[in-house]
Amino acid sequence: MAGPVAFFAVFFAYPVVAIVGRGLEIDGVWQFGRISEVLGRPDIQRVLWFTIWQALASTALTLLIALPGAYVFARLAFPGKRLLRAVVTVPFVLPTVVVGTAFLALLGRGGLLDELWGVRLDTTVWAILLAHVFFNYAVVVRIVGGLWSQLDPRQEEAARVLGAGRFAAWRRVTLPALAPAVAAAALMVFLFTFTSFGVVQILGGPTFATLEVEIYRQTAQLLDLRTAAVLTLLQFAAVGAILAVHARTVRRRETALKLVDPARTARRPRGPGQWALLGGVLATILVLVLAPLGVLVERSFDGPGGYGFGYYRALASSDASGGVFLVPPIDAVWNSLRYALVATAIALAVGGLAATALTRKAGRLVRGFDALLMLPLGVSAVTVGFGFLITLDRPPLDLRGSWILVPLAQALVGVPFVVRIMLPVLRAVDERLREAAAVLGASPLRVWREVDLPLVRRALLIAAGFAFAVSLGEFGATVFLARPDNPTLPVAVARLLGRPGELNYGQAMALSTILMVVCAAALLVLERIRADRNSGEF
Amino acid sequence: MALLRLEGVTVRFGARAALDSVDLEIAEHEIVCVLGPSGSGKSTLLRIVAGLQAADAGRVLLAGADQAGVPVHRRGVGLMFQDHQLFPQRDVGGNVAFGLRMHGSGRTEQARRVDELLELVGLPAAQRRAVASLSGGEQQRVALARALAPEPRLLMLDEPLGQLDRGLRERLVVELRGLFGRLGTTVLAVTHDQGEAFALADRVVVMRDGRIAQAGTPLEVWERPASEFVARFLGFDNVVAATVCGGAADTVWGKIPVPEGSPQGERKVLVRPAGVRLADASDGLPCTVEGRTFRGNHVAVQLRPCDGPRLEAECSLRDAPEEGAQVGVVFAAADVVVLDPAG
Repeated sequence: MAGPVAFFAVFFAYPVVAIVGRGLEIDGVWQFGRISEVLGRPDIQRVLWFTIWQALASTALTLLIALPGAYVFARLAFPGKRLLRAVVTVPFVLPTVVVGTAFLALLGRGGLLDELWGVRLDTTVWAILLAHVFFNYAVVVRIVGGLWSQLDPRQEEAARVLGAGRFAAWRRVTLPALAPAVAAAALMVFLFTFTSFGVVQILGGPTFATLEVEIYRQTAQLLDLRTAAVLTLLQFAAVGAILAVHARTVRRRETALKLVDPARTARRPRGPGQWALLGGVLATILVLVLAPLGVLVERSFDGPGGYGFGYYRALASSDASGGVFLVPPIDAVWNSLRYALVATAIALAVGGLAATALTRKAGRLVRGFDALLMLPLGVSAVTVGFGFLITLDRPPLDLRGSWILVPLAQALVGVPFVVRIMLPVLRAVDERLREAAAVLGASPLRVWREVDLPLVRRALLIAAGFAFAVSLGEFGATVFLARPDNPTLPVAVARLLGRPGELNYGQAMALSTILMVVCAAALLVLERIRADRNSGEF
Repeated sequence: MALLRLEGVTVRFGARAALDSVDLEIAEHEIVCVLGPSGSGKSTLLRIVAGLQAADAGRVLLAGADQAGVPVHRRGVGLMFQDHQLFPQRDVGGNVAFGLRMHGSGRTEQARRVDELLELVGLPAAQRRAVASLSGGEQQRVALARALAPEPRLLMLDEPLGQLDRGLRERLVVELRGLFGRLGTTVLAVTHDQGEAFALADRVVVMRDGRIAQAGTPLEVWERPASEFVARFLGFDNVVAATVCGGAADTVWGKIPVPEGSPQGERKVLVRPAGVRLADASDGLPCTVEGRTFRGNHVAVQLRPCDGPRLEAECSLRDAPEEGAQVGVVFAAADVVVLDPAG
C-alpha cells in the first residue's frame, strides 16, 4: 500500500496543494476570507447551481438510457456484439473538444437536424445532456454489464422457483447484486459530468458554465489565480463529499458474489420482449452514438473540392498546417500511443497494488484511502496540469521537459478506473480459495498470481482498456504538459480547432477520425484477447 | 515424539472463546477425528494448525517445532476444505498439480503424480475435465487428491464428507481409512457426524464450546461416554439423575443395576437403548409405547414411563410392541453407564 500512497502524495497531492497555495497564500499568510467572498458572488452561485443540476440530470438520463444496454450486452448473444461493444466505448475516449464539435455539427446551426427538420438544440441544455449521455454510455454498459454478465443466472432461477415473478426475481436477487456496480457507474458519470469541461465549453456558449469551465476561464483568461484556487477547493470539497457518501453506501452492499464465466450467461434473445429490447438498444446506439461519430467522419472527408482524402494528406506535412506544429500532425498519433501505453502500465501497477491492498486489509484508514483514490477524477485536470508545471520543475524531483510528465498525469486519471473496476471483482473472490492455495504451499505473492489474477484477468483487461482510453483522450492536464514538438492527438486537435480556416477544421476532423479508429482498434484487440482466453479454458 | 502437539491453545472471537485452552497430541500415522456440534470450535482448531488463524494463547508444535511465525505456505500441512474450494479456472489435473508446482516439482514428475493420485482416488484419466462438470463426490475426490499431492506431513479434513449422500459417504469413509492406512498418512479430521468419526478414526476427540469433552478410541467413547453432553451428542437420550450406591442406582425409573466398580454418589446415569428390555406389563417399570421408528435392523421404541423422562428401547422387528401398548421395562447392567457429573 505504501507504493500507491507515495505515488499519490508526490504526483497528486503535492501539485494540487501547491497551486491552491499560490492562490490563497499572500506574503506567507493564508487568506481564508477570500473563500466566503468568492462564494458570495451571484455569478459563482449560478455556476455552482448549474453544475449540480446538470450533473444530476445527466446521470439520471445516462442510467435510464444505458441500463437496458448493460442488460443487452450482458445477457443477450447476437452477431457483432464484440464490435458494437468496442464502438460504444469510442465516444468515451474522444477528446471532449471533438465531442462538442461533433454535437455542434449534429444539433447546431447548419447541422444535420437543422438541415432535415429545422431543429436546433445548441442553445439549450439538451445538447449538453445528450453529449454527456453519448460520453458516458460506455461507462454504465461496461461497469454494470461487466458484473451482470458474470452473475449466475441460476440465482434468479432459484428465486423464480421460490415463487417470485420475473420482475420480482430481478429486483430481489439481481438488482441487489448489481447495486454496487450501478452505484459505482452512477458515481463515475456524476463525477465526469460534474467536472465536465470541453463539452460545456463548446455547447454551453455564454449561458452555461460548470465549475471546471469557470476555473479554466479564471486561470487562463482572466489570470485570477485566487478565484480559481477557491473554485478548485470548492470542487474538491464537493467531490470529496460525494465520494464519502459513495464509499459508505457501496461498502455496505459489496458482498461475496459467486461469479461465473460470462460466455455461459449470454443467450440468444427469446420472445418479443427481448427482441424489442435488443432493437431498442440498437436504435439508441445508432442515433446517440453512431450519428455523431458519423457526422465527424463525414466532415473529415468533405473537403472544398468534394469528398476525398485531402485533409488526411495534409496531416503528413508540417507546412500545410500553416505553422501550427513543428512536426507533421500525424506524429501526434505515435506520441499518443506511446504515452498512453506507459500511462496504462503505471495506472495498472499503482491501481492493481492499491486494489489488492484494499482487499486484504480492512479498517477506517483503508476506507479513507479507498475514497482518496477517486479524488483525481474530481479535481480539475487544469489544476493538476498546471500544478505539475510549477512543482515538478526543481529538485528533489526535476522532471522539467521530461516526457514522463505526460504519462504520469494521464495515469493519475487512469488509476481510479483500475481500482473501481478491480475492487468489486477482487472482493468477490472467495477468501478460502486463497487459503486453499496457501495451504498447498503458495506464498502470498504466488497466491495473487495463481488465484486472484486468473479470476480477475477479465476485469484487469477491462481496467487496462479504460486506463488506455482515458490516457489517450486526456486533454485538460496534457495540454499544459505536452511539449510543442511532441503533441498528443487531443492536443493537436484542439490546436487545429483553435485556428481559423477550413483546412485546419478539416484536419482536426481527420485527426479526430484517426483517434477514433485507433481507439476502436485498441478496444477490439482487447475484446479479442478476452474471448481467446475464455474459449481456451472451456 | 508427537507429530502435532497443541499446548493450551486459546482463540477468542470477541468475548466468546472458540478454543479454550486446548491440549492435543497426535502421533505419527494416527487418524484422529474431532467430533462436535457446529460452533464447538472444530474448524477453528484446523485453521490454527494450518496457520490461517492466529492463536491468542498457547503453542502449536509440528514435529516438535513451534509454529509461531511460520506462514501458512511453509507449514507443510494439507487441508481439505469443507466445500472443497477447487480452483474454478483450472481443470482437474491443474488442481491436483497445484501443490506440486508450488513445491517446484518438474513437469514430468507432476504428470506422474497426478496420474497416480487420480488413480488412487478412483478418477483415472480425469485430468482434462473442468471442475464445474464434476459431481459432488468427484469434487470430493479431486480435493482429496489435491491435498495429498504434496505429501503433507499432516493431512487435515474439514467435514470431509459433509455434503455427500449417505451411501457414497459410507463407502468413501471405508475407502479413506484404507487409503490413509496404506499411505501411512497422519490425519486430523473434524466432523459433526459420529458415524463418520467412528468409522474413520483411531481416536475420537469430542469437543464442546471450545473445550475437549472426551478423547479416546471410538470403542471407549461409544461404550463409556464421559458426560451427559457426550452421551446426548452420540444420540443417547436415556439419561437420568441417580444416587449410586453399591451395585444399584436409585432413579425416578426405579432401581437400575450398574456395572461393578462404578463411581458412587449423586450422578447421572445413561442406559443405552439396547439395555432397555421390554417385558410383560406386570414386570418392572410400567410404560406406554408412544412411537416406533424403523431403523433397518431394529426398531427404536419410544416409551413414556409413569414418572421421569422418556425412554428409548431397541428391539427386533418381531418383538416390537404396537403404539399405545402397555409394557414393563427392566434394565440390563451391561448397557448402563454412570456418567461424570461435570457434564
